[in-house]
Amino acid sequence: MTDLYGEAMRFLTALALTWTTFAAGAFATPGQPTDGALGFQPAVTPIMEEVTSFHNILLVLITIITLFVMGLLIYVMIRYNRKANPTPSKNSHNTLLEVVWTAVPVLILIGIAIPSFPLLYLQDEIPPEIDFTLKATGNQWNWSYEYPDHEVAEYFSNMIEEEDLQPGQLRNLSVDYPLVVPVNATVRLQVTASDVIHNWAMPSFGTKMDAIPGRINEAWFQATQEGVYYGQCSELCGLRHAFMPIEVHVVPQDVFDAWIAAKAEDEYSEAADTIIAEYTAARETRLAQLD
Amino acid sequence: MSADAATHDDHTPSLWDWRRWVLSTNHKDIGTMYLVFAIFAGIIGGGLSGLIRWELMEPGLQVFTGEDTGWGAIFGNAHNYNVVTTMHALIMIFFMVMPAMIGGFGNWFVPLMIGAPDMAFPRMNNISFWLLPASFALALMSMFVPGAGADLGFGGGWVLYPPLSTSGHNGPAMDLLILSLHIAGVSSILGAINFITTIFNMRAPGMTIHKMPLFVWSVLVTVFLLLLSLPVLAGALTMLLTDRNFGTAFFAPEGGGDPVMYQHLFWFFGHPEVYILILPGFGIVSHVVSTFSRKPIFGYLGMAYAMVAIGFIGFIVWAHHMYTVGMPVDLKAYFVAATMVIAVPTGIKIFSWIATMWGGSIEFRTPMMWAIGFIFLFTVGGVTGVVLANAGVDQSLHDTYYVVAHFHYVLSLGAVFAIFAGWYYWFEKIFGVKYNSFLARAQFFFFFIGANVIFFPQHFLGLNGMPRRYVDYPDAFEFWNAVSSWGYVIMLVGMVLFFAVLIDAMIRRRKADANPWGEGATTLEWTLSSPPPFHQFSELPKIK
Repeated sequence: MTDLYGEAMRFLTALALTWTTFAAGAFATPGQPTDGALGFQPAVTPIMEEVTSFHNILLVLITIITLFVMGLLIYVMIRYNRKANPTPSKNSHNTLLEVVWTAVPVLILIGIAIPSFPLLYLQDEIPPEIDFTLKATGNQWNWSYEYPDHEVAEYFSNMIEEEDLQPGQLRNLSVDYPLVVPVNATVRLQVTASDVIHNWAMPSFGTKMDAIPGRINEAWFQATQEGVYYGQCSELCGLRHAFMPIEVHVVPQDVFDAWIAAKAEDEYSEAADTIIAEYTAARETRLAQLD
Repeated sequence: MSADAATHDDHTPSLWDWRRWVLSTNHKDIGTMYLVFAIFAGIIGGGLSGLIRWELMEPGLQVFTGEDTGWGAIFGNAHNYNVVTTMHALIMIFFMVMPAMIGGFGNWFVPLMIGAPDMAFPRMNNISFWLLPASFALALMSMFVPGAGADLGFGGGWVLYPPLSTSGHNGPAMDLLILSLHIAGVSSILGAINFITTIFNMRAPGMTIHKMPLFVWSVLVTVFLLLLSLPVLAGALTMLLTDRNFGTAFFAPEGGGDPVMYQHLFWFFGHPEVYILILPGFGIVSHVVSTFSRKPIFGYLGMAYAMVAIGFIGFIVWAHHMYTVGMPVDLKAYFVAATMVIAVPTGIKIFSWIATMWGGSIEFRTPMMWAIGFIFLFTVGGVTGVVLANAGVDQSLHDTYYVVAHFHYVLSLGAVFAIFAGWYYWFEKIFGVKYNSFLARAQFFFFFIGANVIFFPQHFLGLNGMPRRYVDYPDAFEFWNAVSSWGYVIMLVGMVLFFAVLIDAMIRRRKADANPWGEGATTLEWTLSSPPPFHQFSELPKIK
């Protein structure tokens, strides 16, 4: 309100930016939200790719349906207003019409169900060949992680407060001790909670699983692109619900092996952090040169 | 005074006699009290949503800073933000929409439309209403007593999921809320019994069940949903209460209980509840569309039984709110299929409204504008519902702003638009005075634009991954949140216009006609004066 002109310009710039980038298809940094974005974050797992393409179909369908209803409404408002049509008809039944608008939606729904169920089963059924298991526990208000197959003891992953942010870290998303997984590895995720219900959600993976005290829920993912991915707790858990983010680094197998070895020695190992930091710096330099 | 003579004739007590209201057994007076109560609750619930949009206008903490200075000193911290979202939901559902639709319009027009002199149990009607202020008082009190530790109020969401609502909130705020919802539930169950008895037994001679106006049908289906679902909520709430205070462990895993069991019980109530909120709106919109198209409603029987079907299916789809709790995949598949079926009767209703307008002679009076707005916006909310029904996609959208956008399209833009359609349709009948239709139409446009600017961008936020119930969000969600908050300002202007219409009508007091809408208005309430006599139909009307 202080600077209405600035606000308006910011609005217009963001709008223009949104639509041009959207049209260009080069939309967003994978793994994090983009300001002014209109759709999903880029998919980096087979599940999320399926979710995205299924949603694209649904979006077209619902847009057509909405425009159809809007078109009908506009038509009757113009054609049958009091000026255009002073004498109303007394027609109040048409069996054929009623059968059609019952049957056509049924057919559309069957059409939706055909891709919907395979996606559901793909998400839910953990592949028989998994590489390792990862356990996430939701706590008020942080996540703790274990790599039971690699004998890494439970470590806690806390959000980095705004005043401690380093360059390149994201407010409300970056954490001190992230998860690290190898690229293309099939990971079984086990989720539980120690106090109230939380939810481990990673938009670019298409993973969202309730962390419920007293039970262990399972999900799986296979990240196919190196990078840093962010997610957030997605079940209201009290005071700091908005401040217990999730950060996953997807790295080459050899980097992961070195990291996990250091982590098995000491779950808060500085050497492990250095391995990831060096790898990330090298990758960023490489990406910068590509640009 | 001539006014006294008039009141003496039809035994109308004075407006200023407190016994007329506190001891009221008159369905119209009780209906009016419900409407006034709903407006009052709506101001509070709407004010709370203003705090939410204010906080979310920019990244970072603006309002709920938790600091001892500035706004934080008044509004508190992130816990209080959670309290505000929780209470916004509970107030809008239990103390605004339900009292307005069922208590207000239901009480006023169900007896009038079926040609009955009053409700079947007038004294029970009185207690139904007067339990509500008590319930509301308890809910408001809960905001100002300790909830979690030293933080005031219950901030666990309107769904009250344990363990956050049991071990997560150790203070008395949650207990007050449980008591409040119990009392609101009793009020609704008594009201439901009253409506069912009235509709089944007090229809005028000749009014068979298949000649009943659609609004009466909609209330009949709604109160059956209330009667069957509220006891389940009462059971779940009682188990929460004993888990909290008497050492039981229904929902505590450490004692062999299951938090997910609560969610099943809650949503067995909660899903019918959302149809309770919208079904009377379907009824209202049917009358408005038919009246202003000057045509009988298209496919009356299909419309009536579509509501029955929606009510029935509403009871067997509850777990689509719980796709991420780790249910067996076959169970999820069942709930996907059942949920998508709801689109069919809903589609029948949308198309039948349009077919009613087709071939009609449409007059764009104020209620009709709200009704047409309702049809379009409810369609938008409906199609996103079909998207969310698919558990595979819901995996990505569950608990994001996409869901917030979806249910505000069907409730804030659906149910609320239907309430305003009914308000402006029956205003003159209820109050006996005309209103300024220019101001009322202006209110419609501000609401229509404002609500869309608030809620449409929230689809984008949700798709891009912004979780709901967040006091602060990553910087990349700023743009659409800012747009959304500006939309609130537009809607606020509409709200001011609403009160301007009310005040204008009360000051000018232009006498209303018995039937301001002409030949399209065919139901029995238009055969009476505006306002109707204090007691009507001493001689029952005969329906051909």
